Amino acid sequence: MSNDILNALVIISNYILVPGLAYGSQLALGALGITLVYAVLRFSNFAHGDSMAFGAMFTILGTTWLQSKGISLGPLPTALLALPLGIIAAILLCLIMDKLVYQHYRQQKSTPVMFVIASVGVMFITNGLVRFIIGPGDRAFSDGQRFIIKAREFKRMYGLSEGLSIKMTQGLTFVIAIIAMALLFWFLQRTKTGKSMRAYSDNEDLALLSGINPQRVVFITWVIVGTLIAIAGVLYGLDKSFKPFTYFQLLLPMFAAAIVGGIGNPVGAVLGGFIIAFSEIAVTYAYRKFLIYLLPEQYEPDGLMQLLSTDYKFAVSFMILVAVLIWRPTGLLRGKSI
Amino acid sequence: MGANLKTVLTFAIMAAMLAAVGVLQSWSLALAITNMCLVSAVMALGVNIQWGYAGLFNVGIMGFTALGGVAAVLVSVSPVAGAWQAGGVGILFSLVLALATIAAMVFVHNKLPKSRGRSWLLFLMIIVGLIIIRWQYAPSVLAIEKFQPAQTGFLGGLGLPIMFSWFVGGVFAAGAAWLIGKIALGLRSDYLAIATLGISEIIIAVIKNEDWLTRGVKNVSGLPRPVPYEVDLQSSPWFHDLVEKLGGSSLPSDALARQSALQQMVIESSSLFVKLCYTGLFVVVLCLLLWLAHRAQKAPWGRMMRGIRDNEDAANAMGKNVTKRHLQVFVLGSAVVGIAGAMMTTLDGQFTPGSYQPLRYTFLVWVMVIVGGSGNNLGSVLGAFIIWFFWVEAEPLGQWFIGFVTSGMAADNALRLHLIDSAAHMRLIFMGVILLSVLRFSPHGLLPEQIRR
Repeated sequence: MSNDILNALVIISNYILVPGLAYGSQLALGALGITLVYAVLRFSNFAHGDSMAFGAMFTILGTTWLQSKGISLGPLPTALLALPLGIIAAILLCLIMDKLVYQHYRQQKSTPVMFVIASVGVMFITNGLVRFIIGPGDRAFSDGQRFIIKAREFKRMYGLSEGLSIKMTQGLTFVIAIIAMALLFWFLQRTKTGKSMRAYSDNEDLALLSGINPQRVVFITWVIVGTLIAIAGVLYGLDKSFKPFTYFQLLLPMFAAAIVGGIGNPVGAVLGGFIIAFSEIAVTYAYRKFLIYLLPEQYEPDGLMQLLSTDYKFAVSFMILVAVLIWRPTGLLRGKSI
Repeated sequence: MGANLKTVLTFAIMAAMLAAVGVLQSWSLALAITNMCLVSAVMALGVNIQWGYAGLFNVGIMGFTALGGVAAVLVSVSPVAGAWQAGGVGILFSLVLALATIAAMVFVHNKLPKSRGRSWLLFLMIIVGLIIIRWQYAPSVLAIEKFQPAQTGFLGGLGLPIMFSWFVGGVFAAGAAWLIGKIALGLRSDYLAIATLGISEIIIAVIKNEDWLTRGVKNVSGLPRPVPYEVDLQSSPWFHDLVEKLGGSSLPSDALARQSALQQMVIESSSLFVKLCYTGLFVVVLCLLLWLAHRAQKAPWGRMMRGIRDNEDAANAMGKNVTKRHLQVFVLGSAVVGIAGAMMTTLDGQFTPGSYQPLRYTFLVWVMVIVGGSGNNLGSVLGAFIIWFFWVEAEPLGQWFIGFVTSGMAADNALRLHLIDSAAHMRLIFMGVILLSVLRFSPHGLLPEQIRR
C-alpha cells in the first residue's frame, strides 16, 4: 500500500513536477523579458517570441560550427558554449531595432499602442530573418548526455514500479534559469544602475530630475532583455526542439505569465511563469495511472481522466489570463514597477 | 479636391497593375488576385472600423476569419444523417447542459452576496459542469467521428445556400467579439491585443481538434458554390454562343480548326467567367459595407467615435460611455471580418483549418490598414489591394531578385542554393519593412483620414 502512494508520487513528479519546473523556468525567463520591456519602455513587445527564435538560431549556428570542429562539452550540450554568441546576437538585434524603430516613438511620446504596432513590424522582420537564414523546419541541437536520472535506474535503486527520469536539458534549464534570475534580482536591487532602472520605471519625470540618464537606462534594459531572450530561447529549444513557429506561439503563455504575476513586476513574472506552466501541464495530464495507484481496485477509472486534451494547452493560459483580467487586472503581485 | 484626386489616381494605378498582370502573366491570375484583394479589402475594412474609428488594437483577426469559414461549412454542407443519428442528440444534449451550467452560475453569481464562499461555489460548479457535460459529450463525439470517417465523420451543416453563410459568419464573429470585448475592453489598451491574440489561437485550436464539427484538419472540400460550375458552363449552349459572339472574330475560318479553337476558348472562358462572377458578388458586398461604414462615419455616431478615440477622458466627461461604445465598435468590426472569412472560404470552395497562420491572417491585414491609411475606409481598401498584390507577386519578384543577385555565383554554390530556397521568406521581411516605414515616415498612410471641420 505505501508503495502505491510512493509510486503515485513518483508519477506526479515525473509527469508534472519535473516538466513543470523546466517549462516554468523557460516561461519565467521569457516573461521577465516582457515585463522589463513593459516596465521601462512601457509597451507590450510582440516581437519577443520571434526574438527568442533569433537568439536560439545564432546559438544553433554556433553549435553546428563547434560540432564540426569536434569541440564539445562532454556530458553537457555544446549549445552552452555557443550561448554567448546567441546572447550577443539577440542584444544586437534589440539595440538595432530600438535605434531604428522604437527610439523615434519614444521621442514622439507616442501612445503605447503605436509601440505595439511597431513591435509587430519588428516581429515580421525578425521572423522573416529567422526563416530566411535557418529555414522554417524543425531542428534538434541538443547533444551530450541525455539523462541525469534514468527511469530504469531509478526503479532499480528504489525498487518501485514507476520510474523518475530527469533529462539533462530539464536540469540545466532549471539551474540556469535560477542563476539568471538570481543575478537579475541582485542587479536590480543592489547595483546603482539597477536602482536607476527601477527609479526610471517607477516615475520617469522624477528619475530624469534626479539626473538619471534615460538613454543609458534604455540601453541597459535592452542588454538585459536581449540576454534573457537568448537564454530563454535556447533553453526552450534544447528542451523541446527548435522550430521558428513555436516561438510565436509562446507569446500567449509568456504574456499571460507576465500579466498574471502583475505586468512590470519581475517577481510576478517568475511567479506567473510557474503558475501558467504548472496549470497547463496539470490540466492536460491524464491522471489514469495516478488514480489506479491511489484508488481501491473497484473504483479504478476506465477513461484517461484528462481534464483537457493537450491540444488545448493554450486555452489554459488564456483562461487564467481571463480570470485575472476579470478579477484582478493588476495581477497577483500588483504590477507596474520594478 | 486634392484628396479625391489622389484617391482616384491611386485606384487607377492599382487597376493598371492588375491589368499588367493580366497581360504579362494571365488574366486568370489577375482575376484570382483581384478576388482575394476584394476579400482582404472587406477584412481591412473591418479592422479599420475598430482601429481607425475607435483606436482598438485587435490581434485576433485570424480567429474571426476562421469563424466565418466555420459558418460557411455549417450553413452550406448538407447534413450527414447517419452522424446525426449516431450522436446528434448527445451533442445537442451536452449543449443544453453547458447552457444550463452557465445559467446556474449566473443565477448563483447574482443571488448570493459577494464572498469567498461564492467564488468557491462557482469554481466547483465549473468542475462539476465540465464532468457532467463530458459524460454526455465524449461518447457522442466518438460515435459521430466513427461514422464514415473517410468521407464525413462530422455532423455536416444545414444544406442552405452558401451565400447565407456570409451573414452567419458575421454573427459568429460578432458573438466571439462580444465575449472577448466584455472581458478585455475597459482595461489597458494592450490587454485587448493580448486577449484577442489568445482567443484567436483558441478558436483555431477548437476548429482543428473538434472533428465532429468541421472535420478538423481533415478539411472540408467541395463546398457548394454561389456561382455556376465550369463544367456546366462548358456544356450549356448559351455560353458557347456568348463566347463565339465575343471572341469569334479571332477564330480561324477553317471549320474544323474553328471548332477545336472554340472549344479551347470555351474552356478558358468558363474559368474566367466563374472568377468574374465571384468578383461581381464581392464587389457588391464590399460596396454595400463601404457605404454603410461611410454613412456611420459621417453620422453623429462617427463623430462621437472619433471624439472617444482622440480624447477618451473628455468624451467620458461629456457623458459618453466609452467602454460600451468600444464594445459596440469592436463587435461591428469583427462582424465585418467574419463576413470576409465566410467569403474567403466560399471563394476557396474548401475549409482548411491548417492554413490559418497569424502572420498571414492577422498581421498582414494590419499592414494593409496601416499602409492604406487608418481612419479612411477607401484607404484600407486600397491598402488591401496593394499589400495582397505584392504578397502574391513578391514571390516571383523575390525569385527574380535573388536570381539576379546570385547570377555571378556558380550554379551549385551552397549560398546561392540556400538563398534561392529561402527567397519565399523574403516577403515577411519585406512586409515588416513596409509596415515600419509607413508607420514612421507617413503615419497617416497613403490615403489619410479626411476630417470635415
